Amino acid sequence: MQSLPAIPDVLKLKRGTGSPRRFQDNLTIVLFLLPAVLIFFVFVVYPIFQSMYYSLFNWKGLGPAVDFVGLENFKKILTDKPFLTAVRNGLSLIGFALILQLPLSLLLAVLVGRKLPGRVFFRTIFFMPYVFSEVISALVWLFLYNPDPERGFLNAILVLFPGGHAQLWLADTKLVVPAIFIALTWKYFGFHMLLFMTGLQNIPEEIEEAGRIDGANSFQNFFYITLPLLSGTIRTAVYLSILGSIQQFIMVWIMTKGGPVNASETLATYMYRFGFIRFQLGYGSAVAIYMFVICLIFSLIYQGLTRQPDHLSGL
Amino acid sequence: MSRKIYTILSLLLVAAFALSACGAKATQAPAQPAATEAPAQPAATEAPAQPAATEAMKPVTITWWHISTQDDQKAFLQSKADEYMSMHPNVTIEITVLENEAFKSKLATVMQSGEPPDIFHSWGGGVLNEYAKAGLLRNVNPELDADGGAWRNTFGAGALGVYAYQGTNYGVPNDMGAVGFWYNKELFAKAGIENTPTTWTELLDAVKKLKAANITPIAIGEGDKWPGHFWWGYLSTRICGGAVFGAATSGTGSFTEPCFVEAGAKLQELNALTPFQDGFLSAVYNDEGAAMGNGKAAMELMGQWAPVVEKDNSEDKNGIGDKLAWFPFPMVEGGAGGPADAYGGGGGFALGKNAPDEAVDFVKFLSSVDSQIAMAKLGMVLPVVKGAEAGLTDPFLLTVQKAAAAAPFFQLYLDQALPPAVGSVVNDNVQGILAGTVTPEQAAQAINDSAVQEMK
Repeated sequence: MQSLPAIPDVLKLKRGTGSPRRFQDNLTIVLFLLPAVLIFFVFVVYPIFQSMYYSLFNWKGLGPAVDFVGLENFKKILTDKPFLTAVRNGLSLIGFALILQLPLSLLLAVLVGRKLPGRVFFRTIFFMPYVFSEVISALVWLFLYNPDPERGFLNAILVLFPGGHAQLWLADTKLVVPAIFIALTWKYFGFHMLLFMTGLQNIPEEIEEAGRIDGANSFQNFFYITLPLLSGTIRTAVYLSILGSIQQFIMVWIMTKGGPVNASETLATYMYRFGFIRFQLGYGSAVAIYMFVICLIFSLIYQGLTRQPDHLSGL
Repeated sequence: MSRKIYTILSLLLVAAFALSACGAKATQAPAQPAATEAPAQPAATEAPAQPAATEAMKPVTITWWHISTQDDQKAFLQSKADEYMSMHPNVTIEITVLENEAFKSKLATVMQSGEPPDIFHSWGGGVLNEYAKAGLLRNVNPELDADGGAWRNTFGAGALGVYAYQGTNYGVPNDMGAVGFWYNKELFAKAGIENTPTTWTELLDAVKKLKAANITPIAIGEGDKWPGHFWWGYLSTRICGGAVFGAATSGTGSFTEPCFVEAGAKLQELNALTPFQDGFLSAVYNDEGAAMGNGKAAMELMGQWAPVVEKDNSEDKNGIGDKLAWFPFPMVEGGAGGPADAYGGGGGFALGKNAPDEAVDFVKFLSSVDSQIAMAKLGMVLPVVKGAEAGLTDPFLLTVQKAAAAAPFFQLYLDQALPPAVGSVVNDNVQGILAGTVTPEQAAQAINDSAVQEMK
């Protein structure tokens, strides 16, 4: 009985000082966000609009842009073969990533997530490529892919087998994209593995245990319990993987510069070639706008398609 | 955690302000007609000389970007800078050494931001002209013409012209040579080639003999593209001749002339013999140097720096030693060009718009006869200053130097002579010809389209 009158008091207190305090809280939030927002606007939003502006000009990057060409750049890009190759390569990289890279990462995540001997060791090994800088990784793969069997590791092994022929790897217009994909997979699977491991750890053991008690074998357990509960993580991994494939630049540029004859061009290397090799910054900006639009549309569609409740959020 | 981020963000903001402050200061700098005034008062008495001296003692920092990454060359350039700094205690020279490709990208970026280094490596020609047009370079005519053109007259006229746009020099040459064949005498002998090829047909024969002897005839780093453009450029020089070629590069003629198509066709003819090392389409120039330096390929079409790069990329760092020799690009039967016409170029020093007078003075110091002789001895340059040939001990380098200096028609590397976009189109299309994806006609057309657009 004594505690009862205290309750309206607390409510009163809260109501009385609520709005100025909330204002102060909001002010704090705004102040803390301000530097980040400023930087975001200066370094992200403003350049996007700047690119849109420059994409309407024929501009070499030196001095002000004066040669207005309207949508000419956008039209030219769509008829340029290397651009279409870049789009096709982007799609191939996405396909490879979804079909091979992510399942492989998931498999390894399940393996090193188990209480097996040496799992810490393997977890470290698998994650290591992701820690290396892109430049170092690309150079390592350049050495491995060297077409001379006396210098390139892969060919040195290939010629040991009867009937094995040295391959040209990066110099072969047909092999170059798969060869790059292997290097990219080696570089990035550790990251996806880590994502999946985190996801797996969030799945309560009790659920799988309950499944086992009900008589599900480990195969059923994986496909009917683990995988659905991992859907949130998988969505994130797929999203990051696709965006990464569209924007891939460093590894490709160092390994092939988009060559030979544009065979391994990606949207980013194509943009760089026009912006910084040919100094056609208007044209390069137009390519950047295409990339921006592609990524934006993809993100919106993807979000729309995958907006379903996360199974774990209810738990 | 959020405090940490806040600190970082504040630092970034401070850095951004600091950077913009730098920008403001630098743009104020170019207003300095002092360069023309200084030589105008040599007769003055001691009194006005006094403030000039104290003014000269003001600390000056010169930024210098060069691309001599080989240890001995890097050390030599550093020693020249040190020497100059000890003579002028107020001057600080900050050297940035960059690898060739990295240099091109980095320079492009600072040029777009309007902040060129004070002194930077340049190959002259169309690329430098673009910068000159945009007002990013410093006029060095006053210094060249001072004392009755004392400095100007130390250079060969042709070489100096490569760094001039509409009569104004924005830099000076340091090195000038002709592209030609560097070949392995031992491998040529093994294949039974007695005389070096003097015609295109003989060159194709030599390639066939080398192939028959199971030797890789030609090394090329076509992943970098520019090594291949030497072939198309030299073939065009030989087939088109100076008049037609000159008209095309100056915008009065056209790259669709049949001779340019024929140059591509000749290259196709050579390519059909598969003369290049395996995987040449993705090889970089250093791979080309390694193939030659390790004695794995019989020849390469390359500029005067080839012996140094071969050594540097060989396993024992010695290259193939005295087995290396040189012959000029052969005549093409029926071509309009003369046998002495040369395709080549070389490096030089360009001056950024904010370069202080001391920077020009330092470049003058670098291009003295003594300095040029020393660089020539290191195999670093084919000298462009009269009298510095004395530093050339290698008979082949002396030949290359003379080939460039005495050429009746001298064509600067196309990817430098033309605006960057056109040069890049040349490189891309030559790679296309070598990969078999572009026909000679398509290549000539694409190059012409780009030239018409860029040079209008």
